[in-house]
Amino acid sequence: MGIIKASRLIFDYIRRDEDEHVEEVSRAIDDLSVDIKEGDFVAILGHNGSGKSTFAKQVNALLLPTEGTVWVSDMNTSDESHIWDIRRNAGMVFQNPDNQIIGNIVEEDVGFGPENIGVPTDDIWKRVDASLEAVGMTAYRLKSPNKLSGGQKQRVAIAGVMAMKPRCIIMDEPTAMLDPNGRKEVIRTVHELNQKEGITVLLITHYMEEVIDADRVIVMDDGHLVMDGTPKEIFSRVEELKSYRLDVPQVTELAYELKKAGVGLPDGILTIDELMESLLPVLQGV
Amino acid sequence: MLRDITLGQYYPVDSLVHRLDPRTKLFGTMVFIISLFLAKGVAAYVLATCFLLAAIRLCKVPFSFMVRGLRSIVILLLISVSFNLFLTPGEEIFHIGFLKLTWEGLRTAAFMGVRLIYLVIGCSIMTLTTTPNELTDGLEKSLGIFKKVGAPVHEVAMMMSIALRFIPILVEETDKIMKAQMARGADFESGNVIQKAKSMIPLLVPLFISAFRRATDLAMAMEARCYHGGEGRTKMKPLHYAHRDRVMYAAYAVYLAAVVVLRMVL
Repeated sequence: MGIIKASRLIFDYIRRDEDEHVEEVSRAIDDLSVDIKEGDFVAILGHNGSGKSTFAKQVNALLLPTEGTVWVSDMNTSDESHIWDIRRNAGMVFQNPDNQIIGNIVEEDVGFGPENIGVPTDDIWKRVDASLEAVGMTAYRLKSPNKLSGGQKQRVAIAGVMAMKPRCIIMDEPTAMLDPNGRKEVIRTVHELNQKEGITVLLITHYMEEVIDADRVIVMDDGHLVMDGTPKEIFSRVEELKSYRLDVPQVTELAYELKKAGVGLPDGILTIDELMESLLPVLQGV
Repeated sequence: MLRDITLGQYYPVDSLVHRLDPRTKLFGTMVFIISLFLAKGVAAYVLATCFLLAAIRLCKVPFSFMVRGLRSIVILLLISVSFNLFLTPGEEIFHIGFLKLTWEGLRTAAFMGVRLIYLVIGCSIMTLTTTPNELTDGLEKSLGIFKKVGAPVHEVAMMMSIALRFIPILVEETDKIMKAQMARGADFESGNVIQKAKSMIPLLVPLFISAFRRATDLAMAMEARCYHGGEGRTKMKPLHYAHRDRVMYAAYAVYLAAVVVLRMVL
């Protein structure tokens, strides 16, 4: 069993009126089973309302399954006695950088998590130093979070999660509110953490460019898991992706159109270099 | 206009007062306030002035910075001084209609004014030399006794520090909403006071909605980072009393005793 496992997971959002009568039930996740290996970089794609954010909150036990089970490092999220262990093991980074920073100074914010789980003072300082170093924000440790750029704020948020020494990080559209530079900065940081510290990453996004370097891509649509595979496998199925209202990276799109027009190219081209390599023999052959 | 808010303003220099434990400063401010209300007669006020001057010298914050805090109380000051001037019964100097200016009134008004000014300067010395975090930490620790009777001391301190963090964010947001409304023809400048107040409504509604939304997000982020109240929480920067704090407490005791003695003797 992997670090995160969901089995036949169902989750309903229930809206009640003033007298607690059920007014409306909408099913956000419908019969989702997935098993994520420790150390993997997994990207979850999906259109708005596909249930991907709801799934992220399930992993952190912020939401609990209506039916089915979620395990995080062998702990059942429905078991309340494990809730703090689960949240310590599965750190979460949210979309809006401003709304998840609590401290008035960068280093105090990073120390917030360890303070909550009762780490001794000396140890907190060691963890804060290490996490700020890991995300490359040591130079800003005494600054106010309000003076940082969006990308820097998200890196502080990641450091705050890292200071709790989690086994995996769940990122719920961490780059949606950032400019292209901030986006690159954050994604690079996450990849580094994944490779150097071996932390499992669950990245929820709708930017295709961020998905290419993942170990595994999961596509969700309307609460179901509809596609699951390596980026190469997923992006070979351009038509299918489009039916779920998702785009493919520009290069992949170009290769796909060329192929449709009769140029002999393989499926699932993800980078410019790959396209060049495949295109060169074709052109020389002509 | 919103950028003038000086709440929790901190003046970063290295001085003896800055290095004091926040609890020492909180307690000192309290002692000073109590002494102002106990003070009777010129001698006691001279003593209070000396105490205040010593604090001003030791904290190395420019005096002009402290005076700035007085601007906000000018109206309050004028009202209370004039009430005391004209409505205190006693030996009349002259009168305009039913308003009588008396010697007693002059005396109480003068003391009242000095008391208010000292109060504001005393408090601003504390906020100018203490970071918001130190202040809330100090409050939490020194009000710890109230926890035993069930008062939510930790929660209130946490609320204060979060509020301080979100003030600049909400100020920026107000600015943004205002500009967006102005771009669509809203007018915040002209008209009398009532019209101006009315034009604030389309500003406040979106601001409140966004603040509530931020609050939900923040609550979720805090929960995700294992926040579950003050129970079992450790401190990254615990408070410690040093030698200088003990000296300060001794000084407070002497000062307060002197004020009390002066009150009883005179």
